[in-house]
Amino acid sequence: MINKPDSFGIAKSKSTQPELPMPRTPMMIEKGLTLVDAINEALYQELERDPRVVLLGEDVGLNGGVFRVTDGLQKVFGPDRVADTPLAESGIMGTAIGLAMAGMRPIPEIQFEGFLGPAYDQLCNHAARYRTRTRGAITIPLTVRVPWGGGIHAPELHSDSPEAIYAHTPGLKVVCPSTPSDAKGLLLSAIRDPDPVVFFEPKRVYRSYREQVPEGDYTIPIGQAKVVQEGSDITVITWGANVFQCLEALDKLPDDVSVELIDLRTISPVDTDTIVQSVQKTGRCVVVQEAPKTCGMASELTTLIQEHCFLYLKAPVQRVTGFDTIMPYYKLELDYLPDAKRIVETIGLTMAY
Amino acid sequence: MPIKTVYTAQIDHLQILDENGVLDEKLAKDTLSDEQVRYLYEFMITCRALDEVAFKLQRSGRMGTYPQNKGQEANAIGSGFAAKKGVDFLVPCYRENAALFLHGLPMHYILLHWMGDERGNQIPEGVNMTPLSIPIGTQMLHATGIAWAFKLRKEARVAITYFGDGATSEGDFHEAMNFASTLQVPCVFYCQNNQWAISVPRENQMNSETVAQKAIAYGMPTIQVDGNDLFAVYKATRDAIERARAGGGPSFIEAVTYRLADHTTADDARRYRDPNEVEAWMGKDPIIRLRKYLEGKGLWNAELQAAHEEKSRAIVAEVIKTAEGIAKPSTDDIFDYTYATLTPNLEVQRRTMRTASLAQDPQQAGLNNPVNA
Ligand SMILES: Cc1ncc(C[n+]2csc(CCOP(=O)(O)OP(=O)(O)O)c2C)c(N)n1
Ligand SMILES: [Mg+2]
Repeated sequence: MINKPDSFGIAKSKSTQPELPMPRTPMMIEKGLTLVDAINEALYQELERDPRVVLLGEDVGLNGGVFRVTDGLQKVFGPDRVADTPLAESGIMGTAIGLAMAGMRPIPEIQFEGFLGPAYDQLCNHAARYRTRTRGAITIPLTVRVPWGGGIHAPELHSDSPEAIYAHTPGLKVVCPSTPSDAKGLLLSAIRDPDPVVFFEPKRVYRSYREQVPEGDYTIPIGQAKVVQEGSDITVITWGANVFQCLEALDKLPDDVSVELIDLRTISPVDTDTIVQSVQKTGRCVVVQEAPKTCGMASELTTLIQEHCFLYLKAPVQRVTGFDTIMPYYKLELDYLPDAKRIVETIGLTMAY
Repeated sequence: MPIKTVYTAQIDHLQILDENGVLDEKLAKDTLSDEQVRYLYEFMITCRALDEVAFKLQRSGRMGTYPQNKGQEANAIGSGFAAKKGVDFLVPCYRENAALFLHGLPMHYILLHWMGDERGNQIPEGVNMTPLSIPIGTQMLHATGIAWAFKLRKEARVAITYFGDGATSEGDFHEAMNFASTLQVPCVFYCQNNQWAISVPRENQMNSETVAQKAIAYGMPTIQVDGNDLFAVYKATRDAIERARAGGGPSFIEAVTYRLADHTTADDARRYRDPNEVEAWMGKDPIIRLRKYLEGKGLWNAELQAAHEEKSRAIVAEVIKTAEGIAKPSTDDIFDYTYATLTPNLEVQRRTMRTASLAQDPQQAGLNNPVNA
């Protein structure tokens, strides 16, 4: 059992770091936190609480990450706990596995979702499989943070939505928060989870709005969806940045359509109960995802619904998705991404069935 | 048994034109003619002008993120000039635009790329290069494969690949070096060591004294050059290319240079870089030393400088006009290059992406009922 912290002499007790005031600025207190602020705060609090936690990745230290998500953390916790690594994703993921085995709680960052590519082997063929292949003797409690998705006019391989690949990998959990409060609570759960978690951060939402986020330590369970809005006619299921295109669509719908909007928050394990209860109630469902259509999470949800709700369905489940193409460069990215218009039309078609 | 030394190595550093524009005549012998130097200097000024304007385009919202090449131009120009246009093959990263231009890529292609348009990657027929590589450290393997094909077909051609200091940390880099050397393919590995990989300085990127010494582990000829010295870059690359063309296998070049600008327009280097360091490197700018050299030889003066700057402005204005004049592609473009032949599913998605059936087969349940007919 090499992953017992004690065997490496790492104290379980509280950190020896000096107690530091929460780094909330007057702006944050008045207007709330962005998604970036909330993740930064969660990382700060967990670094402070748990001496086993280490951050590693490209530019995460002095520069605070290319999106500034880890801003200021190296200054407080030092370069050992917030480490700039060489430019090598397989190296980042592979050494995070070793750190985790040896009783640490590594939080690697992969700079953009497209660069999970070089880390794929370590993440999927090693991190995900260790518990099973050692019959639980060695486990990998790491949380890999990944800026994710399109809509910010970024270059190639900086705008993809590959979450289904990781949801399709047994042994990994996949979390995709959409709001600052959820991100903080889910990240704290992910870090404390005994298994590897892929934590996708919707970069389109990083600074798009602020909301009040509880200051203290709190967790939101992995695997629990959130009913954003209750309704009785149709269920709309989504996750990540698309929650906001769905909200926009809901605004544009006629008042007599009562929509239940579900933000999955975690796509693996998926919250079957919340989905099934909702669709059994409404009898209609539209799933919205940024990712390509074929073999995406929407395909899985559609199947899940027909397995559990077949006799309740008043219309076929519909999908609003990206297309089965390479994510285009940014001149065409808004044509590719699901928008409120397509969501409204699909809800209309489903209602009219 | 006494311990014996089984291997020793050394790394040479080549500089021919120093910061003050003083040329080492002996080393410069058989390199560039006066005429060539002047031509390449003028070209460097034009490329710098384009680079500065590209920065401004991003700042004014007319272009997306852009990585400036500023300060590193002698690398692209000296090495690009050493490779044979239309014969050799360039496999770039994104900080050697000038080499691509020398090999026939129209300048507006680079702007198109950063304007979020794949047509900037649609390399014209007969221009031997791959498009910019956004993922770091992946393209050197492709260069190795290209060079392997040249070797298999007994063509006297060479592949030259460019990458940064940071890229040498990726596993793919090491695999490329080992393949190239083991297979003895005609490939030149050109590392632009600009001292930084975004915020990570070279000393934290690697614990080796030089980048050049990495090649020793793969049994590959290697040299360190002053990357801001057009003559040194030209000579080292030409020698490496000649060796490769003659069947002598791959070579490695570490070019010591400096990224004068931020990493990209999305970066703020003041967060991690000492302004004094930048200041010091400003003085090593390849343009300054070339101008001093040319003026010293009576080949250049303020008047010629002003005239060429004027000419560069006109060229750049035309390039921007061309790039901005290219309208947004049709949405069919999203689909048409996915495969050689569009699959039936994609055909439906393309045809219906904005119609009533929303990228679904209209026959699909829900869309062929009377209500929506
Ligand atoms: C595989 C991969 N990982 C991370 C990135 C993000 N990234 C873009 S450029 C860069 C630094 C590159 O440094 P270097 O190789 O020295 O080239 P330079 O930009 O200095 O020319 C990083 C980390 C990327 N594009 N690709
Ligand atoms: Mg570099």
